[in-house]
Amino acid sequence: MNVPEQSKNDDSPEYKMSSEDLDFYYGDFKALNNVTMGFKSCEVTALIGPSGCGKSTFLRCLNRMNDLIPISRVDGKITLDGENIYLPSVDVVMLRRKVGMVFQKPNPFPKSIFDNVAYGLWVNGIKDKAFVRDCVEESLKRAAIWDEVKDRLQDTALGLSGGQQQRLCIARALAVKPEVVLMDEPASALDPIATQKIEELIHQLKEMYTIIIVTHNMQQAARVSDVTAFFYLGKLIEAGDTDSIFTRPTKKQTEDYITGRFG
Amino acid sequence: MADRRQTTEKNMRTMFFIIATASIAVLFLIMLFLFKEGLPIFKTVSVKDFIFGKYWYPTSDPADFGIFPLIVASVLVTAVSGVISIPLGVMTAVYLSEIAKPRVGQIVKPMVEMLAALPSVVIGFFGMVLVAPFLQRVFGIPTGLNLFNAALMLAFMSVPTICSISEDAIHSVPDALREASVALGATQLQTIVRVVVPASLSGISTGIILGLSRAIGETMVVLMVAGGAAMLPRSPFDPVRPMPASIASEMAEAPVGGEHYYALFATGIVLFVFTLFFNIVADYLAQKYAQVGEASL
Repeated sequence: MNVPEQSKNDDSPEYKMSSEDLDFYYGDFKALNNVTMGFKSCEVTALIGPSGCGKSTFLRCLNRMNDLIPISRVDGKITLDGENIYLPSVDVVMLRRKVGMVFQKPNPFPKSIFDNVAYGLWVNGIKDKAFVRDCVEESLKRAAIWDEVKDRLQDTALGLSGGQQQRLCIARALAVKPEVVLMDEPASALDPIATQKIEELIHQLKEMYTIIIVTHNMQQAARVSDVTAFFYLGKLIEAGDTDSIFTRPTKKQTEDYITGRFG
Repeated sequence: MADRRQTTEKNMRTMFFIIATASIAVLFLIMLFLFKEGLPIFKTVSVKDFIFGKYWYPTSDPADFGIFPLIVASVLVTAVSGVISIPLGVMTAVYLSEIAKPRVGQIVKPMVEMLAALPSVVIGFFGMVLVAPFLQRVFGIPTGLNLFNAALMLAFMSVPTICSISEDAIHSVPDALREASVALGATQLQTIVRVVVPASLSGISTGIILGLSRAIGETMVVLMVAGGAAMLPRSPFDPVRPMPASIASEMAEAPVGGEHYYALFATGIVLFVFTLFFNIVADYLAQKYAQVGEASL
């Protein structure tokens, strides 16, 4: 499987999200070049590549987080359920509610554990207290942190360990019931045990969500993902089945990278 | 060689110690002097009568030394100026840091800070010559030199402090928190109100307190535009006589060592207690809500 093959399937409805000829500029610098790929429902896609290859930039295009950078510009198309998310008519707030995000460093709000998870519901206008309470509990359970925090929901989230904070951030993202979850190196700031927990969590979450994860750690990509995409210098070099990418890459750059010859 | 280096090192330390001690000692001596010159008034007037006495007629015979109207004037002028300056300062800070384009912020912030460089006598002059006649005409009041005018002028003086410190605090809220909020489907306004401002509350309150403490200690402006009547105001448009104005205007005519002289110094003590209180509160707030940075690992 290689790039052209993916682009042929681009409009096929089996893709939850897809990008088509996506270019991205920071000012004059072209950070992404003609990226075309699709993401299937209930699958984990890992984006790998050396630092600065554009994989995080690509991830942030998928929920329009790059809109926050004033000098950035996007060309091309990204679709969610077949709808182009860069059309002017798109409500970016709704988009981000459907496409949640977990960041590299755990970034809980300086609020209580409960308020952190409930925040996404409040800002979306949900005021029913019982519903919010249930939803917080369900999200914390789904993020596999409920047992550790259920007795101290009103304590500040900043008192949690790094790994717990990251799972809290995942719970926070899940609370707004997203369809796609973007993860930007979610375990890079964590120790091996916390990392393992996050990876187990990703395994469980893929039953319900489409997950796209950026990672620097190739073992992690091999462990958690169904599909792997290799980025280099702003281009998508190769995307395909994780097994085949790691055992029989078709491009020399991919092989060099995953065998550790560069990057 | 090594010996000489060590001696230099030692001398250097001694020198800095002496300099630091000297400035603290001077401050301490000023305080000592303030208390020494102020406390004797309490031989003739009780502390209670001094602070809560309603009449300030220091030159009558027998003289009345009740500074309650002066305290009320100071507090009210500061409070009203706070009502004006806090929303202005904090909202300007939010605008500059969160909403304005970076280039606009870079130009406007120094301009706001430049407001702080205006000598207070200029602001007082402005209040006297422009604002006072305006107020008099618009509200049909006997004098434009009053509580409201003074509060307005003091607000001008506090806004730069409040805005500048708040802007720094808001600016130092990590982008990670804004991104987290936006990624959950929050609008910019929700992000500002529910995440950014609460996260920078310690800096904002420090700015507010320092701005207010500048207002309460300010002398020239209130001397020029507050109206100078040592009585309890009935409306915001009554003339008042805040503590600093009273001290500044009467010190020249109070004979050294007389009761009036002591009373003015005692007023200084009260003022000092106020500003000290403000500073302690500011310090406490800064420490209690020490800026919550990014999640620590």
